[in-house]
Amino acid sequence: MEKSMRDAFGEAMLELAEKNERVFGLTADLSSSVRLEAFGEKFTNRFFNVGVAEANLIGVSVGLALEGFIPFAASFAVFLPGRCFDQIRVSVCQNKANVKLVGSHAGLSNYGDGATAQSVCDLALMRALPEMKIICPADANQVKKAVFAAAKIEGPVYLRLSRAETPVFTNEKDLFSFGKAEVLRKGKKLTIISCGSLVYNCLKVGEQLDAEVINLHTLKPFDRETILNSAKKTGKVLSVEEHSIFGGLGSAVAEALAQDPVPLKMMGIADSFGQSARSYSELLERYGLTSEDIAREAKSL
Amino acid sequence: MVPLTLPELEKTALKIRRHVIEMIHAAGSGHPGGSLSATDILVSLYFGNILKFDHRNPKAEKRDRFILSYGHVAPAYYAVLAEMGVFNEDLLLNLRSLDSSLQGHPSKVHADFVETSTGSLGQGLSVGAGMALALKSKKAKEKVVVLSSDGEQNEGSHWEAVMFAGHHSLGNLNLIIDQNCMQVGGMTTEVLNLEPLAEKYHASGWDVYQTDGHDFRRLLTSLSNFNNKGNKPRVVIARTIRGKGVSFMEGNEKYHACTLSEEECKRALNELVKG
Ligand SMILES: Cc1ncc(C[n+]2csc(CCOP(=O)(O)OP(=O)(O)O)c2C)c(N)n1
Repeated sequence: MEKSMRDAFGEAMLELAEKNERVFGLTADLSSSVRLEAFGEKFTNRFFNVGVAEANLIGVSVGLALEGFIPFAASFAVFLPGRCFDQIRVSVCQNKANVKLVGSHAGLSNYGDGATAQSVCDLALMRALPEMKIICPADANQVKKAVFAAAKIEGPVYLRLSRAETPVFTNEKDLFSFGKAEVLRKGKKLTIISCGSLVYNCLKVGEQLDAEVINLHTLKPFDRETILNSAKKTGKVLSVEEHSIFGGLGSAVAEALAQDPVPLKMMGIADSFGQSARSYSELLERYGLTSEDIAREAKSL
Repeated sequence: MVPLTLPELEKTALKIRRHVIEMIHAAGSGHPGGSLSATDILVSLYFGNILKFDHRNPKAEKRDRFILSYGHVAPAYYAVLAEMGVFNEDLLLNLRSLDSSLQGHPSKVHADFVETSTGSLGQGLSVGAGMALALKSKKAKEKVVVLSSDGEQNEGSHWEAVMFAGHHSLGNLNLIIDQNCMQVGGMTTEVLNLEPLAEKYHASGWDVYQTDGHDFRRLLTSLSNFNNKGNKPRVVIARTIRGKGVSFMEGNEKYHACTLSEEECKRALNELVKG
């Protein structure tokens, strides 16, 4: 089955708000795109479309949070965090405000709109912020759990979602352990670490090559122990992400491995902006992130 | 170029609208609603000789600078440029394809004819203000024209530029607002009320003109106020209809951003015939 993370997000928000009266949903004129329309119809007093005004979206969310509510502010990841970084840095993080930032259409998944809508730097921005926690779920099932986990965490969380319809492969019943790297598959030849919708491709490749596959759904805090243990065991690491190779998951892994060296190859978007294409897969091919690319790099390590 | 007559402008606009439909159909996604509401404005700017622009040399030093600030209506802009002869019409169906110069939103990474990348709302007027400052300090005679939307008026950064332009007396900066009264979340009055919009510009030191964005005679009369002189920036607020020209798209929320099926494409083209 394939399902978009944004659809799972919309459904999870309905359920969460039903159970928790403190939950608000806010957007900057993208309620249909981030699937908050049903939420807005059902919880009319807890939904706000602030207009195309991302900076204000953050400020308003912070105000709500400081008064005890749990606002989920959602937009495209290029605009949130991209458009309002300083508001997040100061008003969200310095206040330790209980704001949940939801960046949808992350990576290349907004394939048609092109570079201005493709978010390949958001993890770098969010990783650099003190107090920020980052969750990057691997499929629709995990999104739902991540939404509930985010609501439980006291303080800022950035939730990164894809627009694409991607395989649902994690078990609905499995526990989601925030902060813990998830070893999806034990293996001997190398360790493949990824987050988001590319985890599925990595898992397929891992099965072919007897690789250990880790779903690093929580990028921050970083589960150093699990990563280092696996790296030492297999002796080789491949990081795969739909993000710039600067500042994202690969960088986080490299920072850890630099102090405890194990050969690492980083796969991601090589210092470029993205562009329009007629399909998502066309872009993954162009930027070298298909299963075949992953298998090739894994073998060459 | 000799400006086109009113019937010729109508005919050109019809052709542009047909292109818009065909392009978005071919690309598999795009923003037909805004592209159709912007069409007559873009046609007036280029074919009504409002912009000083040489299609053989789109980057000539002595050109008026044009910024499509709400980049999502790129299909209409590209179609007008093709019709002007900047590039071959055949290219239009490459909209949104890999490596195309016709990206989903105007991209300077991919196309030289673009003055500045747009698609992230609320940046165009600031860049336009900077260009206007630069042209003034170079004592250049050219003017800057920025085309914006009503949804884009929500962005705080846009208003930073509005105040800046008024404060610095940028008489060479000209703005058009495609006021189709709709944005993604519905009617602008329901999402975030902008009114009284004209008064806000007035209060920031701008000259304001209001017009019908689909009536070429009135549109050209308003746009002919655009120049590079004086000490006040000016704005033309053009009332438009989202999806203009295709009955089932007019005022219909569904056609902000969407795919266009074969059937929708055919129906739309059937309506876009008279000239
Ligand atoms: C900074 C930013 N935030 C959000 C968006 C997503 N978005 C694209 S169009 C749009 C609003 C559309 O309003 P308007 O420009 O008036 O639409 P029109 O009817 O003219 O097409 C939004 C919110 C964006 N492009 N840029």
